[in-house]
Amino acid sequence: MAVTGAVMVLFLVAHMAGNLKIFLGKDSFNEYAHALRTLFEPLLPYRTALTILEIVLVVSVLAHMWAAISLARRAGHARPVKYVAKKSQANGYATHIMRFGGLTIALFVVWHLLDLTFGVVNPKGFDSAPADRMVAGFDPSRWWVTLIYIVAVVMVGLHLRHGIWSAVQTLGWANRARYKALKGTAALVSVVLVIGFLAPPLAITFGVVK
Amino acid sequence: MNLTLKVWRQSGPQDKGRMVTYRVEDISPDMSFLEMLDVLNERLILEGDDPIAFDHDCREGICGMCGMVINGVAHGEQRATTTCQLHMRHFEDGAEITIEPWRAAPFPVVKDLVVDRSSFDRIIQAGGFVSVPAGSAPDAHSVPVRKEDADSAFDAATCIGCGACVAACPNGSASLFTAAKITHLSLLPQGQPERLNRAKAMVDQMDSEGFGGCTNTGECTAVCPKGIPLDTIAQMNADYLKANSK
Repeated sequence: MAVTGAVMVLFLVAHMAGNLKIFLGKDSFNEYAHALRTLFEPLLPYRTALTILEIVLVVSVLAHMWAAISLARRAGHARPVKYVAKKSQANGYATHIMRFGGLTIALFVVWHLLDLTFGVVNPKGFDSAPADRMVAGFDPSRWWVTLIYIVAVVMVGLHLRHGIWSAVQTLGWANRARYKALKGTAALVSVVLVIGFLAPPLAITFGVVK
Repeated sequence: MNLTLKVWRQSGPQDKGRMVTYRVEDISPDMSFLEMLDVLNERLILEGDDPIAFDHDCREGICGMCGMVINGVAHGEQRATTTCQLHMRHFEDGAEITIEPWRAAPFPVVKDLVVDRSSFDRIIQAGGFVSVPAGSAPDAHSVPVRKEDADSAFDAATCIGCGACVAACPNGSASLFTAAKITHLSLLPQGQPERLNRAKAMVDQMDSEGFGGCTNTGECTAVCPKGIPLDTIAQMNADYLKANSK
């Protein structure tokens, strides 16, 4: 969970930084999308580096899901008889919705890929410039799409609020002296990612970016 | 105080079990939770009923025998308290109290609120020991120990093995117990020779007993009557990873 999660967090940071290029203009955003495909050219052929990154990411997602399902199954086997009354004592809403949140995020990723990557559910379709797909996708008339993104991105933030420090704990790098800083960093990274990811769609929906 | 108790009754390991409601009257607020159950049991015996079976021994909060899930919380809502040290003054008069045994596949119910915690013994047997030189006791200061390490090791060593961590964990994981036992030995010089083998053997035994995996929810440390800190689990993970990468 920890290692595959870390790969995905690194991806999210880069993804967020890339998205923010829309504020520098559509051309800047399209150039960035093009640059991803020509990464390390001519050392590597067109789209090779990006494809490698995509494979690493897909493997991470699948391994993360496999680990989560294994843990949930083990938990089920470990407690065949449920409690009549059960009250949580640890505080942390984020902790309790990890499994539900993960499922929600997985469904969102499918929608997200159909929307902005393959253009299947996007008004501009696949053969369009990435920036056009983005601006058209979050058009004010499609406010409900923006709403889906808000819910999903907040879910990602909550997932990472627990996930980031939990990963450090799993890898054995946490200790009493570091907990406060660790949980603070997890919260900060989550908040930055949520703001960074929501800024472009909200700016487009409210007409700041056209 | 007058109370309504909803207690898990199960005549034996094969019985399906069910919740049974009892009324208890004239309970002193100064009684411990177990004394309150004693009062009920005396009445049940006089009435010719089977008394409610529950584990207990020292009734001083140090043996780790007692333990039940009270109103959905292992050892009750009072923090850092074993069931025997939980007093009735923490409950309101007329309250309804739900009492259940620890719920985990590796803790099968023996009867009513008594569970078999032999799985913990087997985890200890897998590596919870140090090989000490036989002979006369060494001088107290012959092996230096850092104060911080001594403190952390002692915090971990206060684990009484009651099993509340497993009962509270949504995954039914025994990580806090196993981590406490591993940390208590791995921070001290005497525990170094077997450190990595110990972590591997105990974690593997824990997994093979059928406990769930840790997802760092922190429910365990919240209910632990000894307040074993969560960083023991990080220590266990570090040792376990090191043992497996050797």
